[in-house]
Amino acid sequence: MLSYIIGRLLRMIPQVFLISILAFIIVQLPPGDYLTEHLNRLRQSGASIDQAEVERFTKMYGLDQPMHIQYLKWITNIVTRGSFGYSFEWQKPVNEVIVGRIGTTFVIAFLSFVVCWSLAIPIGIYVAVRQYSLADYFFTFLGFIGLATPGFLLALVIMYVAYTYFGIRVGGLFSPEFETQPWSWAKFVDLLSHLWLPVLILAIGGTANLIRTMRATMLDELRKQYVMVARAKGLSEFAVLLRYPVRIAINPILSTFGWLLVWFFSGGMVVEIVLNLNTAGPVLWRSLMRQDMYMAGAYIVIIGTLTALGSLISDILLAIVDPRIRFGSMEGL
Amino acid sequence: MPENQVLVEIKDLHTYFFLAEGVVRAVDGVDLVIKRRQTLGVVGESGCGKSITSLSLLRLIPPPGRITQGEILYYKPSAGDNGSVDVINITALNPNGREIRDIRGNQISMVFQEPMTAMSPVRTVGQQIIEAIMLHQKVNKAEARKRAIEMLARVKMPKPERTIDDYPFQLSGGMRQRAVIAMALSCHPHLLIADEPTTALDVTTEAQILDLMRSLQNELGMAIMYITHNLGVVAEMAEEVAVMYLGKVVEQTDVKTIFLEPLHPYTQGLLSSIPRLDESIMRGEKRRRLQMIKGMVPDPYTRLKGCPFHPRCPKVIGDVCDQVEPASIWVRPGHMVRCHLYAEAVKSGPAPSH
Amino acid sequence: MSGFLSIFKGKQQEPGAEVQAPSAQTKDERFYRAGQWQLVWWKFRRHRLANFAMIVLGILYFIAAFAEFVSPYDPLHRFKDFSAKPPSVIYIRDTEGRLRLPFVYGAIRARDPVTMRPVYKEDTTRIYPIKLFVRGDEYKFWGLFPSDLHLFGTGDPQMPLFILGSDHLGRDVLSRIFYGARISLTVGLIGVFLSFILGLVLGGLAGYFGGLVDEAVMRIIDVLVSLPAIPLWMALAAALPQDWPQLRTYFYVTIILSILGWTSLARVVRGKMLSLREEDYVMSAKLDGESEWQIIARYMLPGFTSYIIVSLTMAIPGMILGETALSFLGIGLHPPTISWGVMLQDAQNVQTIAQLPWLLTPVVFVITAVLMFNFLGDGLRDAADPYVT
Repeated sequence: MLSYIIGRLLRMIPQVFLISILAFIIVQLPPGDYLTEHLNRLRQSGASIDQAEVERFTKMYGLDQPMHIQYLKWITNIVTRGSFGYSFEWQKPVNEVIVGRIGTTFVIAFLSFVVCWSLAIPIGIYVAVRQYSLADYFFTFLGFIGLATPGFLLALVIMYVAYTYFGIRVGGLFSPEFETQPWSWAKFVDLLSHLWLPVLILAIGGTANLIRTMRATMLDELRKQYVMVARAKGLSEFAVLLRYPVRIAINPILSTFGWLLVWFFSGGMVVEIVLNLNTAGPVLWRSLMRQDMYMAGAYIVIIGTLTALGSLISDILLAIVDPRIRFGSMEGL
Repeated sequence: MPENQVLVEIKDLHTYFFLAEGVVRAVDGVDLVIKRRQTLGVVGESGCGKSITSLSLLRLIPPPGRITQGEILYYKPSAGDNGSVDVINITALNPNGREIRDIRGNQISMVFQEPMTAMSPVRTVGQQIIEAIMLHQKVNKAEARKRAIEMLARVKMPKPERTIDDYPFQLSGGMRQRAVIAMALSCHPHLLIADEPTTALDVTTEAQILDLMRSLQNELGMAIMYITHNLGVVAEMAEEVAVMYLGKVVEQTDVKTIFLEPLHPYTQGLLSSIPRLDESIMRGEKRRRLQMIKGMVPDPYTRLKGCPFHPRCPKVIGDVCDQVEPASIWVRPGHMVRCHLYAEAVKSGPAPSH
Repeated sequence: MSGFLSIFKGKQQEPGAEVQAPSAQTKDERFYRAGQWQLVWWKFRRHRLANFAMIVLGILYFIAAFAEFVSPYDPLHRFKDFSAKPPSVIYIRDTEGRLRLPFVYGAIRARDPVTMRPVYKEDTTRIYPIKLFVRGDEYKFWGLFPSDLHLFGTGDPQMPLFILGSDHLGRDVLSRIFYGARISLTVGLIGVFLSFILGLVLGGLAGYFGGLVDEAVMRIIDVLVSLPAIPLWMALAAALPQDWPQLRTYFYVTIILSILGWTSLARVVRGKMLSLREEDYVMSAKLDGESEWQIIARYMLPGFTSYIIVSLTMAIPGMILGETALSFLGIGLHPPTISWGVMLQDAQNVQTIAQLPWLLTPVVFVITAVLMFNFLGDGLRDAADPYVT
């Protein structure tokens, strides 16, 4: 088990390294660079430019040097100092801009994840056991709709319904009166009252997906002979289901722990933009539009690393819950 | 305990499956008697209803299947072993209820065909056996584990103290079937239903498992309902044999008679389709062509008029067999056959006397 | 269990049950003789939802193909007097209670004195019947054949027919949706086609040669898969210069969408290749002295074409949604290109949606298309699986 984890960890290192290179190439793709354009804009508007400052940046990030040197400087800063560089757009270090926002995005992703699991697992089991029942058809239909409706379209429709029929303006993280206040219980409650919507919107797509997976694997397992054997033992139907087919069918769901979180994390981006939340998504969007390269690069690297980490956790979880993987047996997988 | 006492009596059992394509009459009027300590062999081709009969006995028929008619009486030996019995009508029980679950795995247990998939791959052999013991016997976990190890030793599992913590996929097919049998016998049942338990195994392992089952039967004093399509295994295991065809028992008698004096044309056909070593090799005769029963089992949705075997029967009587369904005929006590050929010989004989 | 299961599996041979085909079997003959694709097709026909989906998709693609003719107006035609007009109500009974063929009333435009926005009132004195095959905006069908024939409309520029309303600039939303279908529905097809080629070639190479090639391809896939789709698409699409011609942007967007799509197909192809290499029939072909490429083309490819078709169908909806999301954010396609995502750009804020809710109608088309592709894929998967009857 330990060697499995170590081996898996070692495989992750070159992966993350490649991701960082890719991220760097992607943010360098647009012609021109932010600094030059920024300076041009400042000059046109007649603002004074601190030449020393410009030179300091140019030197620090090797902006006058070839690509690979720039990359090395960038990645060295990240690895050794945890510094993702400077955001020209925000006029402050990238770390300062993103830390809080990523935190909020993460909270939203985590809550969506909790909602998703706690809905999908019981519903998936239920519809598999009652295959072809009314509930099965209902959730299958709902599942298809959930799959076909991306979060941001759902967000648009909900915004319309809430505004037109209930006069509520959804969106944002806080009501205006709390926006600038320091943290308090009231502010926290206000935050929650805004959070449930993005959480719900995000969770719906994932839940639809998970119900389908849970139902399919559960149906596969229900057909296996050991279910009948367990019944023949005299176990109650509930115990049979829980200890036998569910115990196996839940493995692929448990292993979604790793990537589902990250999926919500990145999939939530467009939803966050539509709902105008002050979180990671909109910042990435803006930085991409404005070629704020270190900001964009930081996001891509962080999300890529999180995803790699997520699939690592998934694999380890799967090995823990499924002895067949632990012992390297392919039987019945 | 008196030897010839009836343990289970199946009367006119009908188990139908209601599918979109039609009704499958998997079991269509089966009468069977299983006596204590005795082995009843149930023989037939796939789809003849032998497995469904056994699943009906434990009320394990999956939907859309349902017992539509008939009853199954279980003469439960009382705890004191003083010879008195409680009669339980199994067909009247709630299939998910307390009573039937007390019987399952405890009084009547079952071993299935596929040892490879009979146990959950993600729980250890021990967990799955201990679970059965703790379910039916009031013992703590340590004691249950001890009993599980004992049982594994009884089925001649090598190193039972270690195997108990193995996962099923770490065992070979034969070892797995031993573990499954240990699980089935862990509560010392009165009846063991064995549904083709050796079909998936190779010949040497098969012999070992059969041997094991026989010796355990003697040790524990249980009855066995042995379901198979292999007549050789029946000859080795059973005292009484029932031959099934399309949801009905077409012939039932003791094992000797079935081999020496088969009456039903279907039984005769089954017997003559077995390759025989003695004829072809030992006696050096010209090789005999294996006889076969012509045709195939008809598709399960159609219901044939008359005797269900008549389209394939070599001795079919025109205008009789395809019109009238033959009734059970007792050609003599202890030998039942459902065939028009014997209607003349013996007018519906006396019912069996238990 | 054997008996129970075999009821559903069909007949097995067992001692005494030697099969001698009886004459009654001829009706099944057609079934046993049918080729693989015939069987798949028969099974597919039984899948009602998938058949329904196929018909709906057929209609949508027909509309996309003949958008010039099917749309009542040119999608860029601005009806200045009818900006932000709600969908026309179609009547079959006039004010005097007489039944007539479908018609719309004329509209009187006024301004809301407070918000200064246009409001429309029906003028029941003017009746404009909806006609088929009317002359209207000129177009060049497929850029080749000039015409001005439209499937339906009022045929009267005084009162255009706005079945789904008009946008801020007075353009007909329905016509724009029909033209947008061209982009939105083909992005998936072309993207899938590109993914298909990439996946087949790279997955095939990895699976067939194994070793170092396999290792390299698998590592690339690992990295690409660990990059989440939306942010990656956003990042790449943001790099496309805004001043590129429409067609070029469109082409690059499809490439971007297929950058992630090929990985799953490559994995399937690779896995199948690896397992098929071990199959006896491939081995026997090798022993017969057939060349490597012959073996791949003749024995291995047919072994997973059904897989490929299914996974391709399942990949299309993701790409349609991807295009919609990117264009919606303004980092994929942008005006004057028309796609469903581009149309939704106009519906980004609450006020607009509240006043012109009909601008959300492309959502219905996006969801319908995606849903239908999912149904179709499901049906195809069931039909292509040789082990489920």
